[in-house]
Amino acid sequence: MSEFLRSYLIVFWFGLTALLLASLLLGISVLVRPDKPNREKLLTYESGVDPVGEGWSQSQIRYYVFALLFVIFDVEAVFIFPWATQLERYAGFGLVEMGVFVGVLLLGLVYAWRKGVLRWV
Amino acid sequence: MSASLLAADLPYWAQALLRVLGGVVAVLLPAGTIVYVFLFKMMSFMQSRLGPMEAGPYGSLQLFAEVGKWLQKEDITPERADRFIFKIAPLVVLASTFLLVAVVPFGPDAWFTDFEAGVFYMLAVSSVSVLGILIAGWASANKYSLLGGLRAAGQLIAYELPMVLAVIGVIIQAGTMNLQNIVFAQNAGSMFGWDGLGNPFILTQFVGFIIFMIAVQAELTQTPFDMPIAESELVSGYMTEYSGFRFLTFFIAEFATAGVFSLIASVLFLGGWGIPFAWFGWDTMDDVDGWMNVVGPLIMVTKMMLLSFVIMWVRFSYPRFREDQLQRFAWKVLVPVSLVNIMITAILKVAF
Repeated sequence: MSEFLRSYLIVFWFGLTALLLASLLLGISVLVRPDKPNREKLLTYESGVDPVGEGWSQSQIRYYVFALLFVIFDVEAVFIFPWATQLERYAGFGLVEMGVFVGVLLLGLVYAWRKGVLRWV
Repeated sequence: MSASLLAADLPYWAQALLRVLGGVVAVLLPAGTIVYVFLFKMMSFMQSRLGPMEAGPYGSLQLFAEVGKWLQKEDITPERADRFIFKIAPLVVLASTFLLVAVVPFGPDAWFTDFEAGVFYMLAVSSVSVLGILIAGWASANKYSLLGGLRAAGQLIAYELPMVLAVIGVIIQAGTMNLQNIVFAQNAGSMFGWDGLGNPFILTQFVGFIIFMIAVQAELTQTPFDMPIAESELVSGYMTEYSGFRFLTFFIAEFATAGVFSLIASVLFLGGWGIPFAWFGWDTMDDVDGWMNVVGPLIMVTKMMLLSFVIMWVRFSYPRFREDQLQRFAWKVLVPVSLVNIMITAILKVAF
């Protein structure tokens, strides 16, 4: 395994620790907690009345356009990060380039804004 | 920053074990402190009451009592829920917190990981908790939970962006994505040739800092942004169907993440574990004395308490936003302001 991947292995150990810690506490809780299920207890909670229809009810997802916008801007951010670390080397040239890049994206935001996408519909 | 002081001669498994144990402390200690000092005591004082007083002096053992209580609660899985996903959702949220703390440096040698792209990693894993919340809301098969989960997804997506863009200002100034080097850049830097205070980025990146803290508040779903939980509308949002220890896991993860985000904010904007290097005449990272490995974590905890105090103060003081106001605020105010902030920072960086 390369040194680079090896340094990322610790991330895996951290994730594993979180799962083990939670499982350990859940295991302790299995030993001490009561377990007396009945029909009413296992019903879906709906403010105390019998649940109506499906739990996975239809709901209007009002912000799927926001999700699309998010993808665009997130990709933009991915491009800005490496540029930001090397700005000292690029100096004025890099500044103008990124000004154009960010400008185009800002235009996109303004367009979405004018189209009324950013409004609650 | 070279060879790790604590772990130089240890085999790999011992190093990994030490770091993992350190990580557990770094997650649970801030969570416990924040819950007791701020959520129990400060909130009570702000509301003219005493808060817990029975368990231990001034109720200081209340946390243990609470954990004991939650351990004894029945763990109910609703009949119609998607059982497996329902059960693992709290673990995913907790795991996200642990992945996040892995990147925080606590001293010149006291770090868990030293990634070159540390900031990138931090931003990436901070959005893992969204998955946990979304699947919790979906798997409950409950109308309140589903609405809460969808709200959480929409909100975390909207505020992820200002957070990412606010951090870019710091990276432009530091010229690196490595968190250790960001700490170094702040403490070894100077303001107009005067290095008595270093150059903490909160002064030069104040706009970025404010945006970052607002975004953190929203990512943590703390009160002005707590629509996913919104107890007066959605019962308890995505946590409605959870009971017993799984509920507590969500709760721990929420406050542990508040602590970890405060730690990260203090690394990015307040100078992290360091004190201005000019005080002791340190020039490079290798000059830093070993005792900073002990003092560094204490400095970090102090800054963490300071920033979590601000988070909790805002939480107890403000009423809840409306869902459309939340989206409008993110997209029409925070994103344009942070883009302008990036360009101004870049222009000043090139000019000076």
